[in-house]
Amino acid sequence: MATQTIASALNQALHQEMAADERVIIMGEDVGRDGGVFRITDKLIDVYGEERVIDTPLAEAGILGTAIGLAMAGMRPVVEMQFDGFVYPAFDQLISHAARMRNRSRGMLSCPLVLRFPYGGGVRALEHHSEAMEALYMHIPGIKVVTPATPYDAKGLLISAIRDPDPVVFMEPKRLYRSLKEDVPEESYTVELGKARVMVEGKDVTVVSWGSMIPTALKVQGALAAEGVSVEVIDLRSITPLDREAVTQSVTKTGRCVILQEGPRTGGVAAEISALINENCLFSLQAPVERVTGFDIIMPLLKGEDLYIPEERRLTAGIRKVLG
Amino acid sequence: MTASLLNDYNPLTDEMVQVLSPEGEVVRPELMPNWSNEQIKEAYATMVFLRMADTKISKLQRQGRCGTYASIEGQEACQIGSGLMLDKKDWVFPAFRELGISYVHGMPLDTFLVYWMGNEWGSNHSACVAPPSIPVGSHMLHAAGYAWAMKMQKKSHITISYFGDGATSEGDFYEALNFAGVFKIPTILFCQNNQWAISIPRSRQTAAKTLAQKAIAAGIPGIQVDGMDLFAVAAVTKFAVERARNGEGATLIEAVAYRFGNHTTSDEAKKYRDPAEIEQWRPRDPMIRLQKYLEKKGLWTAAWEEELQAAAEPKIAEAVEKAENHPVQTPAEIFDYMFETLPPALVEQKTYLQSFYPEAH
Repeated sequence: MATQTIASALNQALHQEMAADERVIIMGEDVGRDGGVFRITDKLIDVYGEERVIDTPLAEAGILGTAIGLAMAGMRPVVEMQFDGFVYPAFDQLISHAARMRNRSRGMLSCPLVLRFPYGGGVRALEHHSEAMEALYMHIPGIKVVTPATPYDAKGLLISAIRDPDPVVFMEPKRLYRSLKEDVPEESYTVELGKARVMVEGKDVTVVSWGSMIPTALKVQGALAAEGVSVEVIDLRSITPLDREAVTQSVTKTGRCVILQEGPRTGGVAAEISALINENCLFSLQAPVERVTGFDIIMPLLKGEDLYIPEERRLTAGIRKVLG
Repeated sequence: MTASLLNDYNPLTDEMVQVLSPEGEVVRPELMPNWSNEQIKEAYATMVFLRMADTKISKLQRQGRCGTYASIEGQEACQIGSGLMLDKKDWVFPAFRELGISYVHGMPLDTFLVYWMGNEWGSNHSACVAPPSIPVGSHMLHAAGYAWAMKMQKKSHITISYFGDGATSEGDFYEALNFAGVFKIPTILFCQNNQWAISIPRSRQTAAKTLAQKAIAAGIPGIQVDGMDLFAVAAVTKFAVERARNGEGATLIEAVAYRFGNHTTSDEAKKYRDPAEIEQWRPRDPMIRLQKYLEKKGLWTAAWEEELQAAAEPKIAEAVEKAENHPVQTPAEIFDYMFETLPPALVEQKTYLQSFYPEAH
């Protein structure tokens, strides 16, 4: 056991998977000598060389498109996109090809690659560097979408993603990269994709969240516990596959649910979860499901980003609303 | 054949490599493929077969027996000439107008038809041919990536992607050229410049004099070849294949051809293309040209042509029948290949759909 941040846990996961499987390669902009702008691939090039830690030309579609071919030919590319806002040039490759290769060839071909990138606001970055658009990825059939919220899960989920036989979008909450620490086992381990985690058990209300918003959920849970309100916090960990059972079980028990989401409100993951609860838990509900989310506006530049990202007061108000 | 003769080729000169003139004369014997008469006759027989199959598929579409189809008429030499230069373990990445290369590279006609009749099983087979790529210009990157893997794995196989003139306007085309150049990837980018991207003529895709010269900016060779000349296509492809296998990297080939037919069976080219243009190109038809060559050598007779057609017809009919008898998708199988292991939500959706089709299982 050693204390790790999400950033260092991810780096360790990459190290261990590259050591364990020579098919694993890293591709992206500045991932080699520079170690990535967030240093997630730091020093990997010293151990595995530039043949396996590949600084590519600055071309996102090119990176993902060649990664698809590499994956089809038996490699295990782990692709880094520098920021959430820079994935879009590669969207055609993701939707039109990576997600479809297995299905369109009826299993003759597959595309085992990981597309990792930092997402979300809160680091005072430039325009296009601060968005939480997981809903875009959730809507694409044929890919998995994963987002860790803790160092332990970051390592275990990334190892699972690399070993997964299908394409995985791995969204890393950038403001949490170095803001939390916990003990993480030194050895390699996996955290199953598609399984949520009950972070804190409670009985009055369920808060469902994921990735970047988990620390906010935990803070509010702690504060309300002092008032005698028992909040259950569920970290989805995977957006796709969604652990529907974890959500419905919890909401059936508590009868109340608030979904906390950083990204835009309309058509978000929260809306999907709300529909899920409606279809499965309606008769257990004591109050309508509440969504606490970002807004359907352009993410403000850095001085305004705190207005956008749901903060503790907004979540607390949402919880009080469902408690009546 | 001395492929190294092409080392000095300069795509800025607008030279189109030609071996066989439209009159059927060998104009550059030094580039002539090292084929026996029998091999040349076999290539011609394949051309006859493919043109008949191509016509048949378009007819099937009109009869409602096949989905939208993109005819290869005019591009047979591009696909046969290049395909014959490949090893069967080299990987082909087609766009959607690639009956010829798919067949030559080992896909049975009935399998090809299964796809175009609307079933994914048509892309599940043992030939090294990737599924058709419909989004224009996006798959040259896959070919580059696949070949890059071959290089990493120290295998001798190379890849080749087929695409049209329209695709060269796509950003992914440049990215594929660029990656291929930077990483010296053993891939061939084979552009079939058939002059039209649906209704948009070649002149509207780029102000560049040739498409081949687009390779210059990526630091790789680009060669323009007469794409209706079987021998020239073979010579240029051989040059590119040797370069790739020798670790010298990628080549862009621009094969100048013509789309005699509509863009697809859903298109009516009369609306935007002067039919007189077709007649201007007809004398360069790859089949007529090869026929003239063979005839001059005493290797072609009208009787042989009839024999070829008589042999092709039942083969095509058999393939059509086999493809038409291929079972349609079941409710289960449209789910079963989304992931290696189906997540619970998809199992539930599959079970739901199956409940509407109790007879299907």
